[in-house]
Amino acid sequence: MQKNNRVASATISILLLLASSFLISGCSPKDSEGGASKEAPQVTIKNKGSDTMVNLAQAWAEQYVDVTSKASVEVSGGGSGTGVAALINGTVDIANCSRQIKPKELELAAQNTGKVPQEFIVGYDALAVYVHQDAPIDKITIPQLAEIYGQNGTITKWNHLNITHSDCPSDIIIRISRQSNSGTYFYFREALLGTNRDFRIGSLDLHGSKDVVEVIGRTPCAIGYSGMGYATSHVKMLEVAVDANSPYYPPTLDNVLAKTYPIARPLYMYSLGEPTGEIKVYLDWILSPEGQKIVEKLGFVPLENN
Amino acid sequence: MNILRKKSEANLPFSETVIETFIRLCGISSIIFVFGIFFFVFREGAGFLFNGLDLKEFLTSVEWQPTSLNNKRYGAFALIVGTFSVTVLAMCIAVPFGLGAAIFVSEFCSPKLRETFKIVIELLAAIPSVVWGFIGLTLMNQLIIVVFNAPIGLTMLNGGIMLALMSVPIIVSIAEDALKAVPDSYREAAEALGATRWQVVYRVLLPAAKNGLLAAVLLGAARSIGETMAVLMATGHSVNIPSGPLSWIRTLTATIAAELGEVARGDEHYQVLFIIGILLFTITFVVNLIADLVIKGIRQE
Repeated sequence: MQKNNRVASATISILLLLASSFLISGCSPKDSEGGASKEAPQVTIKNKGSDTMVNLAQAWAEQYVDVTSKASVEVSGGGSGTGVAALINGTVDIANCSRQIKPKELELAAQNTGKVPQEFIVGYDALAVYVHQDAPIDKITIPQLAEIYGQNGTITKWNHLNITHSDCPSDIIIRISRQSNSGTYFYFREALLGTNRDFRIGSLDLHGSKDVVEVIGRTPCAIGYSGMGYATSHVKMLEVAVDANSPYYPPTLDNVLAKTYPIARPLYMYSLGEPTGEIKVYLDWILSPEGQKIVEKLGFVPLENN
Repeated sequence: MNILRKKSEANLPFSETVIETFIRLCGISSIIFVFGIFFFVFREGAGFLFNGLDLKEFLTSVEWQPTSLNNKRYGAFALIVGTFSVTVLAMCIAVPFGLGAAIFVSEFCSPKLRETFKIVIELLAAIPSVVWGFIGLTLMNQLIIVVFNAPIGLTMLNGGIMLALMSVPIIVSIAEDALKAVPDSYREAAEALGATRWQVVYRVLLPAAKNGLLAAVLLGAARSIGETMAVLMATGHSVNIPSGPLSWIRTLTATIAAELGEVARGDEHYQVLFIIGILLFTITFVVNLIADLVIKGIRQE
């Protein structure tokens, strides 16, 4: 009996310890991953925000170690809103944002820190519409997507798109979406439905760009959206047209730059006030051909003049 | 023995006093923490709860549109249904397995096997919930699609299985302790009367240990209600009233986890998420209260 109690209490204390260690590691910023260099860098640039951009920001930070020893960059994700919130609180130097900052947020930042956030477009992201690799569909129009995702939408089954989907016996279109305050969700809703219509409830709201592609790759009935940089061999990207009478375009670098692919958006970085010192050097490097090469390498679209 | 104890109580050494005070503080601190957390959650949500939130809509509408640009709606009914349905399903799976395993470990298996068994079960408890969630998202998703011909495997069933696997270790540990706590004289008396092993378990041990077994089940259920990460990943996280185990759902906890990170502090949406927190607090409180009353009722019988 006593022994059992001891085992039970030991289990509980181990669980507690584990739980608390997860809590602690979950809360603290990932400071060790920014890329340690041999000589201690003088400045640490704190960079936080969009999940869509976190891989890109990480890649920049890692590459930047080779560029200078004067500064190192700490990157963490959490979402566009998290990044902007941190900027407003003055706890980061640069916020990554996959949507434009809202006027209210600008105001709050100015009130809180006395500095107005400065906007930099650092690349473009095309939201690809993904389906399972074996799905018998290659292209789709924006109005069709609106009817699939929008409130009171009329397309709920694959045969409403005139498609016979043999891998999907139920014929139900499984709508994969994102959690309702991610920048990707906001942008996709605006691109499809404008500002007056909401998404229909009942979509599967996954947590992160990668999860969307992961789930679609395993689910023949599913359709979803995510950055085009996240494509894998298990999924297919659809060609998209503005409407039924317009040409269809696949999400490629050229089509995004030519602005023919209809669901593409700029990616932003915001600094607090006009950037100075090492922060300015870092942002300039990101906008330089060298920094933009990394944008392309990660599946995003670099700025035009490069 | 008795004399010894009396002597040490009479003139407590200093170290004893320190330890006693420390233990007392530990006991009190948990009460302070609970009230502190409740106060904090309540304070963050109270403004909107009493001034602005349509409570009827919150409790009965399925329209959860917290980020709509011109018509924000906070209907949590589907989330409440989701939390309850996945918990009930998880308990339907976990209780028979958990209690069965506890009976086996405590009554039927050899001492050597028992030790191995317990270590393995405790290992199961040490797997972090995000790992369960990932298994649900990848492996179970595909398995459910193939086995049930479902459109997608991220369903109540998927979440229920994950939650069951997470609460089984708790149920087994506590239920086994409860069974072990039944005095051996009961077993001996029953066997002396000619009862088979199964009759001993069914007629003597289960009734004798029912308080502890009930506590085990309720703690398992509490674990399921409170679990966040695994259900966020495995249930599909979809605002939907389920029509069966193969429906996709969303729970209260997962909604807080998914949305709190990106919401502006002090915003209506932020406050609604804390009101969901208050709701969860209330649910757990009611569950615990019922458990207490039931156990008291059993005692009085």
